[in-house]
Amino acid sequence: MKRASTRPAQGYNFAYLDEQTKRIIRRTLLKALSIPGHQVPFGGREMPLAYGWGTGGIQVTASIIGPEDTLKVIDQGADDTTNAVSIRRFFEIVTGVATTERAEEANIIQTRHRIPETPLQEGQIIVYQVPQPEPLRKIEPRETETRKMHSYAEYGAMQVALYEDIARFGYIAKTYDYPTLVNARHLMSPSPIPKFDNPKMESSPAIQLFGAGREKRIYAVPPYTSVRSLDFDDHPFEVQKWEQCCALCGSTTSYLDEVITDDNGGHMFVCSDTDFCNTRQREQAQAGEADDSAPPTALAATEIPS
Amino acid sequence: MTALRKLAPRQALLEVSGVSKSYGGQVGCVDVSFAIYPGEVLGVVGESGSGKSTLLACLSGRLAPDAGAIVYDMNDRGPVDILSLSEPERRRLARTDWGIVHQNPRDGLRMDVSAGGNIGERPMAIGARHYGNLRTEAQDWLEKVEIDLARTDDKPRTFSGGMQQRLQIARNLVTKPRLVFMDEPTGGLDVSVQARLLDLLRGLVRELGIAAIIVTHDLAVVRLLADRLMVMQRGRVIEQGLTDQVLDDPHHPYTQLLASSVLQV
Repeated sequence: MKRASTRPAQGYNFAYLDEQTKRIIRRTLLKALSIPGHQVPFGGREMPLAYGWGTGGIQVTASIIGPEDTLKVIDQGADDTTNAVSIRRFFEIVTGVATTERAEEANIIQTRHRIPETPLQEGQIIVYQVPQPEPLRKIEPRETETRKMHSYAEYGAMQVALYEDIARFGYIAKTYDYPTLVNARHLMSPSPIPKFDNPKMESSPAIQLFGAGREKRIYAVPPYTSVRSLDFDDHPFEVQKWEQCCALCGSTTSYLDEVITDDNGGHMFVCSDTDFCNTRQREQAQAGEADDSAPPTALAATEIPS
Repeated sequence: MTALRKLAPRQALLEVSGVSKSYGGQVGCVDVSFAIYPGEVLGVVGESGSGKSTLLACLSGRLAPDAGAIVYDMNDRGPVDILSLSEPERRRLARTDWGIVHQNPRDGLRMDVSAGGNIGERPMAIGARHYGNLRTEAQDWLEKVEIDLARTDDKPRTFSGGMQQRLQIARNLVTKPRLVFMDEPTGGLDVSVQARLLDLLRGLVRELGIAAIIVTHDLAVVRLLADRLMVMQRGRVIEQGLTDQVLDDPHHPYTQLLASSVLQV
């Protein structure tokens, strides 16, 4: 599970970036932390990875990581998908730090699209990969204008977007990248996490850092800061709900992915957070062995009744 | 006591003195001074290039004049030179206490947001967060500007020109502004639609007691709507007075030309 630290590859500076760049990014991070939710421009570097694959998150992680750290990388909740595997291997090569799949063992978690189900703790840092840092971009294409809207806290237009959803669908249909107001001041894009994860950002004990590589912006939420999801008084913010439980671990509280299992309409719902799901399955198996009774029946792939 | 109050001069809503704006060597407007009182409608006429739109942009805070003062009687602070306000204060004023109706509805509307959302934007910008109330208010206004309620959730791009212009008016008036700037509100509309829009505007302005500054080159518009008239030529105000007085007994040669060039049907 946990992979011990190794010697970093020769010929690269520790964590790939040169020390001056790391200092630039650290200074940017300090500024971002002192104005929660405010986007701070930074001199983004070319990384050995295409834009859109987490170049912003990698640069933030590279600037804060040290030899004693333990890193976890998530892609869509999973530790074993392409983006997670390649970024984890990148840091294994250029830093030699220990890596883990367990959320509670890591002190730096780089993530794409999810926040772990395991509650984050003090001392942990979560780094988000952000494709579009500007929450107002779809409403106002001019950068000069969005900057003014942020500096004067003119966020009525964002509310108009939510109004449009209710007018069209009867409810707020936005399910990911759901706009939040940080510290009752700055409108912030939470990166494309499902809105299911928005409540986890509220007063989180962990430091939350956001890096957008293509747009060259960094923003941050310090620990114990209010992160409120926008809504209407008569249409309050709600997270997704499922009728099913996880087919593998039986969880009814986690974010579920629908997985197609065959060509005949077979599908199952499983936890998107693989670490959370595996841990639960392991605990259930151990509890089963200890009691010598049947483990809780996990549902197999459910067939859609025809 | 009442007699005394009657004698005391009324506070002007907007008092403009010596406003000038030039674009390099090009003259925009020169030394324009006037005052407008609550509930009054002022028409500004003149040929193309006479500085009407420049003047309007200066007054509504979209353009900084080179010289002069623009004093507005703010609701909470009394008379303030708007040029001394900070930008957020000026933007807030423009969003709440003022309305700006553009000649082209595309400049004043969000074309990809439904009619209801367009009307709701200003209330939401100043903190309204109840969907039901916002919608009721939006539909109230759609009724006032004679747009079918079935079109509430349609986008303005599917509206006719006249409907777009009426929607723009509703979107501006929803926060009950005390002063509305209109730049050629009937430009580009056909005559029968113009007549209905003018009728509607006249009703709303009288009913709500809104002061308005209407820039136009159409004398029929000012004849119907404006209490007072200001005639501009080459950036200067050459004649001003009561509308009927100016149009029926023009003194300046240019005003005489303007008044006589209207086709009498």
